[in-house]
Amino acid sequence: MVFGLRLFPEQASSIARQVDLLFLFLLAVSAFFIGLIFLTVIVFAIKYRRRSDKDRPAPIHGSLPLEILWTVIPLGLALVMFGWGAWLYFTINRPPADALEVFVVAKQWMWKFQHASGLREINALHVPVGRPVRLTMTSEDVIHSFAVSDFRIKMDVVPGRYTTAWFEATRPGEYRLACAEYCGTEHARMVGRVVVMTPEEYAAWLQGVPAGISLAAAGEKLFQQQGCAGCHLATGAGPGPALTGLFGKPVKLATGETLTADEAYIRESILNPQAKIVAGYPPIMPPFRGVLSEEQLLQLLAYIKGLAAEQKAKAER
Amino acid sequence: MSTVAFERKVNYLNVDHRVRSWLLTTDHKRIGILYLLAISVFFVVGAVSAAIIRLSLFTPEGALLHGQAYNKMFSLHGITMIFFFLIPSIPAVLGNFLLPLMIGARDVAFPRLNLMSWYVFVLGGTFTLIAATTGGVDTGWTFYAPYSSIYSNTNVTLTAVGVFITGFSSILTGLNFLVTIHKLRAPGLTWSRLPLFVWAHYATSLIMILGTPVVAMAILLVGLERVLHIGIFDPALGGDPILFQHLFWFYSHPAVYIMILPSMGVVSELIACFSRKRIFGYEFVAASSLAIAVIGFLVWGHHMFVSGQSVYAGLIFSLLSYLVAIPSAIKVFNWTATMYRGSVAYHAPLLYALGFIGLFTIGGLTGLFLANLGTDVHLTDTYFVVAHFHYIMVGGAITGFMGGLHFWWPKITGRLYPEVWSRAAALLLFVGFNLTFFPQFILGYNGMLRRTYTYPPEFQVLNVMSTAGASILAAGYLIPVIYLLWSLRYGQAAGPNPWEAAGLEWTTPSPPPASNFDKTPVVTHEAYAYEEAPLPGVPEVGRV
Amino acid sequence: MSEHQDTVALQHQFDDAEQQFEASALGMWAFLITEIMFFGGLFTLFLVYVSAYAQGFAEGSRHLDLTLGAVNTVVLIGSSLTMAMAVWSAQVGRRTPLLLFLALTMLLGLAFLGIKVVEYTHKFDQHLVPGPGFRLESPVANHVQLFFSFYFAMTGMHALHMVVGVGLLGVLLVQAWRGSYSAEYFNPVEISGLYWHFVDIVWIFLFPLLYLVARHT
Repeated sequence: MVFGLRLFPEQASSIARQVDLLFLFLLAVSAFFIGLIFLTVIVFAIKYRRRSDKDRPAPIHGSLPLEILWTVIPLGLALVMFGWGAWLYFTINRPPADALEVFVVAKQWMWKFQHASGLREINALHVPVGRPVRLTMTSEDVIHSFAVSDFRIKMDVVPGRYTTAWFEATRPGEYRLACAEYCGTEHARMVGRVVVMTPEEYAAWLQGVPAGISLAAAGEKLFQQQGCAGCHLATGAGPGPALTGLFGKPVKLATGETLTADEAYIRESILNPQAKIVAGYPPIMPPFRGVLSEEQLLQLLAYIKGLAAEQKAKAER
Repeated sequence: MSTVAFERKVNYLNVDHRVRSWLLTTDHKRIGILYLLAISVFFVVGAVSAAIIRLSLFTPEGALLHGQAYNKMFSLHGITMIFFFLIPSIPAVLGNFLLPLMIGARDVAFPRLNLMSWYVFVLGGTFTLIAATTGGVDTGWTFYAPYSSIYSNTNVTLTAVGVFITGFSSILTGLNFLVTIHKLRAPGLTWSRLPLFVWAHYATSLIMILGTPVVAMAILLVGLERVLHIGIFDPALGGDPILFQHLFWFYSHPAVYIMILPSMGVVSELIACFSRKRIFGYEFVAASSLAIAVIGFLVWGHHMFVSGQSVYAGLIFSLLSYLVAIPSAIKVFNWTATMYRGSVAYHAPLLYALGFIGLFTIGGLTGLFLANLGTDVHLTDTYFVVAHFHYIMVGGAITGFMGGLHFWWPKITGRLYPEVWSRAAALLLFVGFNLTFFPQFILGYNGMLRRTYTYPPEFQVLNVMSTAGASILAAGYLIPVIYLLWSLRYGQAAGPNPWEAAGLEWTTPSPPPASNFDKTPVVTHEAYAYEEAPLPGVPEVGRV
Repeated sequence: MSEHQDTVALQHQFDDAEQQFEASALGMWAFLITEIMFFGGLFTLFLVYVSAYAQGFAEGSRHLDLTLGAVNTVVLIGSSLTMAMAVWSAQVGRRTPLLLFLALTMLLGLAFLGIKVVEYTHKFDQHLVPGPGFRLESPVANHVQLFFSFYFAMTGMHALHMVVGVGLLGVLLVQAWRGSYSAEYFNPVEISGLYWHFVDIVWIFLFPLLYLVARHT
């Protein structure tokens, strides 16, 4: 801060420093070229100012070597910038495998969070420092965007689909969370905070807040209530395919296609089961669009994901 | 003296004084003037809304407007400025006036269509203004679904209809220019002799023809979704709102080049004239306009790096965005090199042109931060973007428009404006612009998000600076309005060629006669053959 | 100006009739490119959705009346033929066949629109029009609705172009009746012909896409 002026946001996540470094590189290149152009223009304007109305400067048509020079050099620099940026983009978009899972539902104009423990928060997200956090996000109405500038992350939250983002906070403190995609009247006030705590504080906080049942357990309850369990038997012998160990695995469809059972697939198969029928099973499941809320969908998703993790753990044992 | 001669001559302005003769004119020059009047109305609307926005952002809690009122204000600003001022500004005013003159034609290829495009423009504008005055619209100029198609309860449909109609005006103008440039060039005016202004308009016309219909369709679907509930972007039916963004930016990114390419054409003319030199690397400057138009169609996805599109799509769009930067860089280097060993005269149009180079360079280079996948995630939807595109659209496009208006004002009106005032205004514009928008880069990097009526208190200092700068910028626009209007009555007669510029338009009297040329000119030189121009004081036969 | 000054139809910005004709032809081609981009956007959206929601779109397609669609295709192809004949009649400067073929084209165009109205009415009766009134018992009803959104948007846009085309034909008919066209000057007929063929071609893409392809996926 200089005279109340902040020139750089805080570096509060694992990628912040990398983004700033790239930014500084771009800034240096830009400053060089802006300086070069401004200086040349000013020098030429003064040095070659019109001295007499009778001036008739000799024509210059151009210079191929110069044209090549000022095409190739910017092109080279551009490719370096592109490559560096692309590399960083992959880092920003690839969450580490051991990340803490948090589900986000955005609506006009608030942020709703569900932790795997079943803990729910509104407009505040508590996370431990030094631990990657993976966000699975969707919206109940319009497009929003999850932005924490101190972490240098931003990801749109789109109705009808899941988007993901991740961050690893490196410094305890409170950071401003805001909606970055214009979403209507109170878009400006769709803000919240990300509270980063030391592991001890985090553990204490978890203890202090009544968590209710875990997200996966809530999902399991829904799984029974909605009658899913009647068909999707764990053995696979029922009229619906078994869901144990399904998540993240390839699925063979009746059309002969094979796809990976990811979040989008599971979401679609609940809301609109007829869209992708698993090979060998009849298309009899009713659609659940309008029956389940976005939050309930996330609970079911957590449950189905959990089944896969359980099976994996068992296998490892 | 010459004032007397000026008033007696019959020209396109005084050939007929009746209002009817203006409203039914098919003269491209008069249509250019009609456009100038129409877009001035929208500029005032856009500028006043900008002033209100800046005043409101004076305090973190919003000094004037909150919630929907603020959202309607920035939407009004964006919609009027982009669709009703920037896109038609140079092509429809200067392009209409100058293209036939520059290529030695008596008119554009389809004069009646040209007039029709003006009426279509006015009709679309009227719809939009009615929408604005009967409740307004709060979707921003981007009309993102599903907010625009389902959730907003403001006048979206009427505005969408207005924008849709205006699109046709753009298409008709582009079509007219394309055919005019292809078919109506004077004998001897080969493609390699075309002024760069004409090349730039050729590239612009291509974008108008290819891009406008796509956004027209996208906006139409939003309108249909509101009225008939057809729901192509409705997530509840399985529709994908991201597809709207694809269609929207497929046009709206090239639309940026509709705004900037003509300005680049103007700057080429100005730099050459006031350096009395050929444009350095003419072929490269001309080809780079086409390259921008073509590659510009392949970069739209860089607006959507955080929309959830695949990372590989992001890679391709980022790479192409870097490629489209190269032709712009080539232009800037060539303009600069044009002044080398030239004879540089500091008239107001040149000052605007140099201002353009500076501001466009900053705008273009900051674009590299946004084309960059790594930094864009942090920067997108912040004031960094706002600053960047204002550097391109205001610093670039409008500064170029001001330069062009000052350059051809003597040709259009036959009058000169005061030198001192015009130079001062050009400088003021440059200073005011930087004071307004440079702080916004810093705000953006610090995470101030766009389209918010309230912001964290630590951003206030820079916002106050920006608002203060805007007042200087406003003066930079107001002063020219005053002295240009003054010059209409009191300005000195300009004579056919006050700048001793090359180019066919300067061989006609100022203002030109209704039929442009008494005899179809025959072109024997390349554009900007300044070394061939006669020395001042040795008037050619036929010169005043 | 040149010796062509006496030709009434030559506008002042052109040097000769050839230049004028080339300019208007180029103008019409540029306009058609605009149209291609316009419909292209819609087609692209449709292709994205048809691959995502194959089942719903197939079901929607099966609700369309294949016979009426096929009849309409034949009607339009026929009208293209008569339009081409009209242009030829204009080229050789024969007024009576010109009038005849223009009227025939117009009639076929109107027949197409009439059949379209019948089809639309059926859809209204069956509650297949997207919006709050949409009624369909199907597990993929919302995707069928999406299909009908496209059906109405695309065929509606096309029908609108047909209406414009019929209007153009009306103007041509009046002008031809007055004897405005000759073997030297038949610009408007040829240009309008280009437009008419384009609108037909759009249908040639729409018909299989909506009525046939989706049905079998």
